[in-house]
Amino acid sequence: MELPLLHLALVGTPNSGKTSLFNALTGSRQKVANYPGVTVERKEGFFVTPLGRQVSVVDLPGTYSLRGRSPDEEITRDFVLGKASGETVPDLVLCVADSTNLRLTIRLLLELKRTGRPMILVLNMFDIAARRGVTVDVERLARELGVPVVTSIAVRKGGTADLLALTDEIAAKLAAEPQENSWRALSVAELRATQREADRIIADCVSLPSRPDTWTARIDAVVLHPFGGLIVLALILFVMFQAVFAWAQPLMELLNSGFDALGELVHATLPAGLLQSFLQNGVISGVGSVIVFLPQIIIIFLFILLLEDFGYMARAAFLMDRIMGGAGLHGRAFIPLLSSFACAIPGIMATRVIDNKRDRLTTILIAPLMTCSARIPVYTLIISAFIPAKEIWGFINLQGLVMFGLYAAGITSALAVSFLIKFFMLRDYAPAPFMLELPDYKMPRLKSIAIGVYTRAKMFLYRAGTTIFSMMVLIWFLASFPQPPAGATEPAIDFSLAAYIGKALEPLLAPVGFNWQIAVALIPGMAAREVAVAALGTVYAIEGGKEAAEQIGQVLATKWSLATALSMLAWYIFAPQCASTLAVIRRETGSWTWMAVTFSYMLVLAYAASFLTYNVAVALGAG
Amino acid sequence: MTDSNDTRSQMPLGLAQRGYTGVIQHLSAGDAGSALSDIELESRLIELGFVEGARVEVLHEGLVGRDPIAVRVDNITIAVRRREAMAIIVA
Repeated sequence: MELPLLHLALVGTPNSGKTSLFNALTGSRQKVANYPGVTVERKEGFFVTPLGRQVSVVDLPGTYSLRGRSPDEEITRDFVLGKASGETVPDLVLCVADSTNLRLTIRLLLELKRTGRPMILVLNMFDIAARRGVTVDVERLARELGVPVVTSIAVRKGGTADLLALTDEIAAKLAAEPQENSWRALSVAELRATQREADRIIADCVSLPSRPDTWTARIDAVVLHPFGGLIVLALILFVMFQAVFAWAQPLMELLNSGFDALGELVHATLPAGLLQSFLQNGVISGVGSVIVFLPQIIIIFLFILLLEDFGYMARAAFLMDRIMGGAGLHGRAFIPLLSSFACAIPGIMATRVIDNKRDRLTTILIAPLMTCSARIPVYTLIISAFIPAKEIWGFINLQGLVMFGLYAAGITSALAVSFLIKFFMLRDYAPAPFMLELPDYKMPRLKSIAIGVYTRAKMFLYRAGTTIFSMMVLIWFLASFPQPPAGATEPAIDFSLAAYIGKALEPLLAPVGFNWQIAVALIPGMAAREVAVAALGTVYAIEGGKEAAEQIGQVLATKWSLATALSMLAWYIFAPQCASTLAVIRRETGSWTWMAVTFSYMLVLAYAASFLTYNVAVALGAG
Repeated sequence: MTDSNDTRSQMPLGLAQRGYTGVIQHLSAGDAGSALSDIELESRLIELGFVEGARVEVLHEGLVGRDPIAVRVDNITIAVRRREAMAIIVA
């Protein structure tokens, strides 16, 4: 007989090891999506119990109570109460506790009990608790709480066997005992009373060691030292960036040449024509230009997940909170913004570590202002063509100084925009005070990390295959149609819609010193910023394309004024020149509005900055 | 509570130095000047374990303005800003 699908929900405080239990139960059989209309990640996985029952389990956002003070926590509350739209009421709620730290979870469990949902308390990380000298009278705890209690070691093979057996046992008699929901939001007095009740039960059933975890204390003595801590943080970041830029490089080059070879193969096998151009320029180089970022994304998420699992992320937020707070950013925005120097896409995806909606949105909006690696080819091209490589003050290279200035301009404007958002746009949203648990350090578990990285990579590839792919096809279409008439000598792009748009845009862009060729290059540059370099090459009819970057530089130096070049640099600091980033913003915020807001404000900034740069430069005689 | 509390004067945890140890006497959200409403702040503090009778120890301080602080509350460590910690009256 086929048993009906059993619906489980995992509830627990942050840092309770909920996610490692989720990973242990489901392995890679996971689906990650968003809850409709909100930016909250919905993680569902599947497994089969020893008795052959099919189970779906949802990993709900971590919470300390059912009050629902953030969109994440509202999801958890509504889901448990069966009020979440389009969701099945869970048949069984697994309340997950870190066995070394039961106080807050027991209080949450007492509140959860009022919902009347069948429930199990899972004492996770039971091995660590035992090692630290925490002993729990499991039977007595179950009796006092009136809820079945089971121990588990999510990270060990077979560590969830008891939980699986108990799930089967409870599932068999579920329908027999429907219970009323008597939950309502707790008043402060009730909250306090529940915490006292929880403390009483813990005093009866749990014996705690007299001393805190010595390893955590020792590591924190260094890592949270006011000065030493910042040095450690800088070192970690240095290694992380080294990894993202240097270690990813060979892989990225490999992918790049792979896609190039594939393109060449298509070029060689197919007859010249639309299909060949579509596959080579539209599909392969378009999607390829995004997929080359996969190694960077994997490395960044590897670092983020390792640091998160180890317990360091909360410390980084602690160290950076006041420093970033001046600009209206939450301490947790630090790592996502840093990741954005590699690429805004993983940076924006990493904002999921920020649990407050306002703080997360601010971070997403400013992440694209961080100078991503795709701007480097454009900057390098223009700087080497227009900025003399002379030394100033004897030791500073002028080209390097300009490069540094471009980075600094990006950071400064990001902080300024965040400051403005704080004051003008999201004023009514209560700012999140910085109140964060600093969990004891734990050895990261490779399997759990591997599943996390795999899930992110899969999401990224899925997106490359859908949203980004369709953008690429559109851009290819604009750059390829209509086709040049037979016998035309000008480059094909001159006859295309892109050129038509470029020429139409020219009057708009003339005040910032751009000619129609630049306008045309900016259109394929929407696919990925560095594509603009190749596009400029095409427009100026240079043989060799990408490989001839130096040659493009020489041509530009003769065709552009210095004012135009500087204006182009200013443009690239701000311009929303990346369709993939916009697509990710749309997906992560679950709204077209925020994508439009990002696009518009960046465009306005870009135009203003270029206008200013161009006119000042012309006034100074560089026109 | 115990007699020893009478010999030490009460103060907000937000003013405590690193190394301070004490016991929470009561919560007074109105004194904190937090952006949160009094009820919301008090609820959040309780949810993180800041209840009357809990032992606290200030373990670490941030660099700028010695803020935020990392506080041991019974057997967990919580980071809070001094502004919010003003609501926690200790002795």
